[in-house]
Amino acid sequence: MTKLKNALKNRIMWPIGALVALIAINFISRPSFLSITVQNGQFYGSLIDILRNSAPLMLVALGMCLVIGTRGIDLSVGAQMAISGAVALTIIADSPAPDSLGTVMVAILAGVALTLVFGLWNGFLVSVVGIQPIIATLVLMLAGRGIALLITGGFITTINSTPYKAIAGGNVLGFPFEFFVSLAAIVIVSLVVRRTALGVLTEAVGINPAASRLAGVRSRGIVWSLYGLSGLLAGVAGILYSSNIMAADANAAGVNIELDAILAVVLGGTSLAGGKFTLAGTVVGVFTIQTLTSTITFLGVPPAVTPVFKAIVVIIVCLSQAPRVRAWLSQLRPPTRRPVLPTTSTPIERSAA
Amino acid sequence: MVDNNVVVEMRDISIEFPGVKALDGVDFTLRSGEIHSLLGENGAGKSTLIKALTGVYPIDSGTINVAGAHRTFTGTADAQAAGVATVYQEVNLLANLSVGENVMLGNEARGPLGINWKKTHERASTYLAELGLDIDPRSPLASHSLAVQQLVAISRAVVVDCRLLVLDEPTSSLDRSEVEQLFAVMRRLRERGVAILFVSHFLDQVYEISDRMTILRNGKLEGEYAVDALDRQQLIAKMLGRELAELDSIGRAASRTVDRSGAPILSVLGLGRKGSIEPIDLDVYDGEVVGLAGLLGSGRTELARLIYGADRADHGTTTVRGVSAHLTSPRHAVDKRIAFSSEDRRAEGIIGDLTVAENIVLGVQAKRGWLRRVGTAQQDALTEQYIASLGIRPNNPNALVRNLSGGNQQKVLLARWLATAPQLLILDEPTRGIDIGAKAEIQRLVADLAEKGLGVIFISSELDEVLRLSQRIVVLRDRRKIGELENTAETGVDDIVALIAKEGAA
Repeated sequence: MTKLKNALKNRIMWPIGALVALIAINFISRPSFLSITVQNGQFYGSLIDILRNSAPLMLVALGMCLVIGTRGIDLSVGAQMAISGAVALTIIADSPAPDSLGTVMVAILAGVALTLVFGLWNGFLVSVVGIQPIIATLVLMLAGRGIALLITGGFITTINSTPYKAIAGGNVLGFPFEFFVSLAAIVIVSLVVRRTALGVLTEAVGINPAASRLAGVRSRGIVWSLYGLSGLLAGVAGILYSSNIMAADANAAGVNIELDAILAVVLGGTSLAGGKFTLAGTVVGVFTIQTLTSTITFLGVPPAVTPVFKAIVVIIVCLSQAPRVRAWLSQLRPPTRRPVLPTTSTPIERSAA
Repeated sequence: MVDNNVVVEMRDISIEFPGVKALDGVDFTLRSGEIHSLLGENGAGKSTLIKALTGVYPIDSGTINVAGAHRTFTGTADAQAAGVATVYQEVNLLANLSVGENVMLGNEARGPLGINWKKTHERASTYLAELGLDIDPRSPLASHSLAVQQLVAISRAVVVDCRLLVLDEPTSSLDRSEVEQLFAVMRRLRERGVAILFVSHFLDQVYEISDRMTILRNGKLEGEYAVDALDRQQLIAKMLGRELAELDSIGRAASRTVDRSGAPILSVLGLGRKGSIEPIDLDVYDGEVVGLAGLLGSGRTELARLIYGADRADHGTTTVRGVSAHLTSPRHAVDKRIAFSSEDRRAEGIIGDLTVAENIVLGVQAKRGWLRRVGTAQQDALTEQYIASLGIRPNNPNALVRNLSGGNQQKVLLARWLATAPQLLILDEPTRGIDIGAKAEIQRLVADLAEKGLGVIFISSELDEVLRLSQRIVVLRDRRKIGELENTAETGVDDIVALIAKEGAA
């Protein structure tokens, strides 16, 4: 019995299965879903849209995945998106040269730097002060949008800046620039996590904090910096969002994205209990949620009831991952009816192999 | 010959975990009105067999017959419905309810107005009386000792009219008179025709109470014997699969003399913490094993944790190799090449969901920090080296540590620390709850390491063990150091006991 191998396989196979099923539904109801056209050297199509639109969620979810690995959670990511957008756009709006690349770079760096600081603040509250993560980050979740409004002076700051607009609107090699941002984030975070010992130490801390401490793991530093990383990624996501609408809307930027991010992490097969986490699963989870969003739009579900539709799909996916439901499903299959001699009963852990 | 008394018949049971064949074609038979002991080293498959019987683990192959009918357990409820009742080490009762409510839970006496509590409690006391227990059924369960709670749990088994009672290490936290009480109850149940499966580390108790025993070794059946057919020496030999000269061959490692002319590795002066342990002085020299002896709660663990920095001392100084050190966290201690293995292996030792390899490398990795990952080649080398040298079973670096037996988990923890090349090793109860074979291996390892120059602080409840390994023994009582013995060939368990007792009288 290779419980571990199966578990790992299941962890990634089920989210992928859900994603493929969603894409299949779309394809059946609208064959053009999978088609990609080329215009002026740029790719167009629903899949390309999904790649582009998923970028902010991807960044936020990667950070969330690591934080959840430490047994934590970061509710403040949406508010942090609002903050970085507010900072960047205020700097550009106040600048005499909004079209200069230098101004834009400074604006982005300032926005992201500030969210890094806020992320570290979250990390400080959790790892040093010892406040429960959900409470510690709730503070910034609630206060963050106020801070963003403070920065913009209570207005929705709008700007005209060609380089800034290019972040969300630009294309490289025919693909949207945003896609490369999220690709870069996936690659960098994966490399940092798996090429250094950050991944395994994070898992150790998440699985057994007391034992990790006695083993000499500097868990405080690890937890602290991961909240920082989550803030930084949320900051970049905020830049992408604000570039998309060319406005710093403190009340709309990244609303409820923390919940989508948590959902993406869980759909990907990472337990909220912390410990073992999977970045690949999270990536699949993000694409699943984004595909779902565009499916809803396409199917013409009225906006007022979209949350219901989304919830139903999420429940189905989550149920399909629950061991109990899988055991139940496998019992429905006729061949595995209670055998007599010799017993080859299908136990829970192995049923979905 | 058909034996009508057979309550449970397990045939050819196999269960496999990733990398571990926990049970391999084991047969087990339990007859009504017998107390049957299940014996074996840790990792022999005792708990796995019990869990197969109680429906916790599904079996990979084999058959289970209860009272002649074939059963497939897909959960503990199935097993309970078949008349299998289990009392675990940790009592699974509702502490905030009364004794009677616990006994009658789910079987309350009902009247026209719902549950008739008066009648329920009356019935409860009848059941309790049947087992010779004089407990007020209206008293809250939490007001009773663990031993009484355990007896209450057992009387539940009578209420549900169980045919088979599984007692897994029921005596581990009981004192002598409580054990007597438990045995009296067990005998009464035996008279009523209940089959009792008894598991205990204490061989004295096994011989006192059981009628028959089944011995497992390495997941395989070693044999089933009537209790008077096998004497203790033979039993241990069967459990270990080798002659028990193991422990004796370690000899008295203690009889080695230690050179204390140089600077000690570690020297603490007046180290203490309010409410935890009173100020203590202690030196450990190169190649010396210092034993900490004392009863449970005497401050042994507290002292170890203070030295290691796991708890913060509020006074006293620590000197490592003559240099003053301020060890306020495990990290500082690790940097000074001090290692500490906690008495609570599961909660404070292993990282259960990580693999053997990851657990072994964790110490080195933690020391290097997350930025400088231990290379894959080096990880493999370290893992391979320690799996081989400490004899970790299964020798599969990718097995999850939580699936290993206690003794092997302990070896993984030792490997984790030895890989960091410590100069001082603090071992808190490294042999607790593990079998004689692994115990001997760990003792031998400690003796060898000390001979090579490592300093060791060795804590154990078993005075034999402390005497066998330590050159010097520090005796603690009531969170105070009450004496220090030079361990010579003449020193015996009695000397330590006398020291503890003498202070008590004063």
